[in-house]
Amino acid sequence: MTRASTDGQRVLAAHRFRQMLAELVDRPIRLMEVCGTHSQAIGRFGLRQLLPADLRLLSGPGCPVCVTTPGEISAMIALATSGVIVCTFGDMMRVPGHTDNGSAPPTLSLAKAQGADVRVVYSPLQAVEIAQAHPDREVVFLGVGFETTAPAVAAAVLSAARQRVPNLSVFAAHKLVPPALVALLQSPGVALDGLLCPGHVSTIIGAQAYAPLVQQYGIPCAVAGFAPGEIMAGILSLVRQVRAGEARVDNDYARAVRPEGNPLALRTMYEVFRPADTTWRGLGTIADSGLAFREAYRGFDAVARHGVEVAVLPEPPGCCCGAVLRGAISPRDCPSFGDPCRPESPVGPCMVSSEGSCAAEWRYGQLAPEVREVTA
Amino acid sequence: MAEPVVTLAHGGGGASTRQLLRDILLPLLDPAHALHLEDAALLPAAAGSPAWAITTDGFTVRPLFFPGGDIGKLAVCGTVNDLAMRGARPEVLTVSMVLEEGLPLGTLERVVASMRATLDAVGAVVVAGDTKVVERGRGDGMFLSMSGLGKVQVSPPPAAFRAQPGDQVLINGPIGDHGIAVLAARENLGFSVAVESDCAPLWSLVETMLSAGGPDVHVLRDPTRGGLAAALNEIAADSRVGVIIREADLTVTAGVRGACDLLGFDPLTIANEGKVVAFVAPRQATAVLEAMRAHPLGRGSAVIGEVITDSPGRVLLETDLGTRRLVDMPGGELLPRIC
Amino acid sequence: MCLAVPALITEITDQQALCQVGEATIRARLDLVEEAAVGDYVLVHAGYAINRLEETDALEILSLMEEAAGLDKG
Repeated sequence: MTRASTDGQRVLAAHRFRQMLAELVDRPIRLMEVCGTHSQAIGRFGLRQLLPADLRLLSGPGCPVCVTTPGEISAMIALATSGVIVCTFGDMMRVPGHTDNGSAPPTLSLAKAQGADVRVVYSPLQAVEIAQAHPDREVVFLGVGFETTAPAVAAAVLSAARQRVPNLSVFAAHKLVPPALVALLQSPGVALDGLLCPGHVSTIIGAQAYAPLVQQYGIPCAVAGFAPGEIMAGILSLVRQVRAGEARVDNDYARAVRPEGNPLALRTMYEVFRPADTTWRGLGTIADSGLAFREAYRGFDAVARHGVEVAVLPEPPGCCCGAVLRGAISPRDCPSFGDPCRPESPVGPCMVSSEGSCAAEWRYGQLAPEVREVTA
Repeated sequence: MAEPVVTLAHGGGGASTRQLLRDILLPLLDPAHALHLEDAALLPAAAGSPAWAITTDGFTVRPLFFPGGDIGKLAVCGTVNDLAMRGARPEVLTVSMVLEEGLPLGTLERVVASMRATLDAVGAVVVAGDTKVVERGRGDGMFLSMSGLGKVQVSPPPAAFRAQPGDQVLINGPIGDHGIAVLAARENLGFSVAVESDCAPLWSLVETMLSAGGPDVHVLRDPTRGGLAAALNEIAADSRVGVIIREADLTVTAGVRGACDLLGFDPLTIANEGKVVAFVAPRQATAVLEAMRAHPLGRGSAVIGEVITDSPGRVLLETDLGTRRLVDMPGGELLPRIC
Repeated sequence: MCLAVPALITEITDQQALCQVGEATIRARLDLVEEAAVGDYVLVHAGYAINRLEETDALEILSLMEEAAGLDKG
């Protein structure tokens, strides 16, 4: 973000962070960065090299592309090949769908190359504009994303409703973070000492949203931003809580996150959608962890409108994305990691999304031990 | 069910492009493995006379005109720069045009006038050409393809396999300008930015670098598609060395950085059309850097890294924090992302 | 999980804002924020401003890091 600080200051800050952690971490500590953008930033800034051996940072289920199920992805690709215009965020283009005969899995990108009308957009509003520009075509927006994104999609739906755009619908595959965190903390074999909470989801849901987790599971939480210093501040908050035997929600991203979040955005989201059960890759079906259209906006539901069938499909053979998303294994522990699963030929979604933990590990994690030394 | 087909990722200049070369093109066209994957090939010359460098390149860009350039200037620059990267002075070029029915003749004339102006700046001439017309809807206005021939001015010529431990890595300015300028000009991503393409013919800059460094200029590459990340990965692989660059020494303009933050791009993977990366033996690095800075296209030149003995085939980046991370070969198509 | 960039609002027409991100200019809808005005910093995600930031806050990453580095007491 800002480049105001000089490089010398940054190196010094990193060095101090490393020294402080070396002193503070006096026991094995396992923290989870819930958010894929954190995973990506941690990789990009090389922050793992600053952590003592006893402090482990696990990547969590916070990559919307990664937790979208094989059935949903295959249904989206099938929709794209059925003649409608599909508008999607770029993130979804290369996610592999289901294949059962060993051939290369289908993707939206392949469907486009074979003639499907797939358009990459950066905003759901562009899908509204595309629908207005093609009144004779059906336009479907692929609604993927957490609480950060769902209000924007809801606002775009409201705008389409106001402007009476009859040919737009949304494949609502949104997911809500707090119910997934509860499921994660309840799942066997997951032993976590703290949660680095997603900064931009928290912008919407507020830092208070994690208070029930703290009360019920006694887990330390820290909401963090995405600049190196903000991530460092979040990690330090969690380590201090663990050391002190405390559990609370520290808000280390106060410039963007208020305790109550953004009530207007939440109202907008819940005007269009209501909570509904949904299935997460790796975590299974979780009650009220997704968003379904409310009755008044059912006309915008692409699944109902186009008779989309979302099948329950198995994970791709050899893919451990589910276990990776629970933090049960590290990307490197997956037998497909690197061969055959690589960013240009992904087997599972965690290798596709640049914030998927496997892609982050592939891009930023492959350093021989001899270059881990940090100069300060 | 999915028959393998060409996707846009195959055109991205990264891992997918190399896959296409490795799996289909090279086994059929170069069964004897005689070719090096360089910017231009060298043709054997009679004893005592300099080798010729030959290259060919195709150009598609939407829109045809963008801040800082157009498809005509881009085609001439791309072709002469590929020659320059082998230490060759561009001399003769050929051009083949695929024109789309309905292209305004005025547009064609503007493009060709721009080619002419760039050729004049370089001192090269077009000696052969061809035009074809395709039906409306079957071409993006126009596609250009150019070949170029030039005499190599230094022996041994720079090559991607010549990087050696200790070599200093130099570049002539900020990265990512061309890719971001073109994306912004396309307007469908909803952002605008005052960034101009760096599109420029590099021969005269390269000539001063070779005068200063001679054969100690081991490698020259123009980091076009796939950006600096792809160029450095290719050099690291071909020379079987490690390369480390320092984030603090890389320049990225505020416009490029803002656009990259917005779209989730890494400036290291964004195309340049007027940049040259040089790997120079340490004893000549300062002389080459000074020669670059004295040239109008090299005022922003800097040493950004060096060749190391460990991590062969890999490119590392030392971050602003003093940590290190891998710079991977970019995958393929640049897609804006929201997460 | 979600990319969002701090952006400075330079112009507002109806609920549509022009914003600066570095030297890039983007459009952002203001439907999801209350009382955003020219001169405010907002976080922009998927074409929508999703929250307002204090101007000084958006520039304070260095001091946050210094704070993180400088706090040597647990």
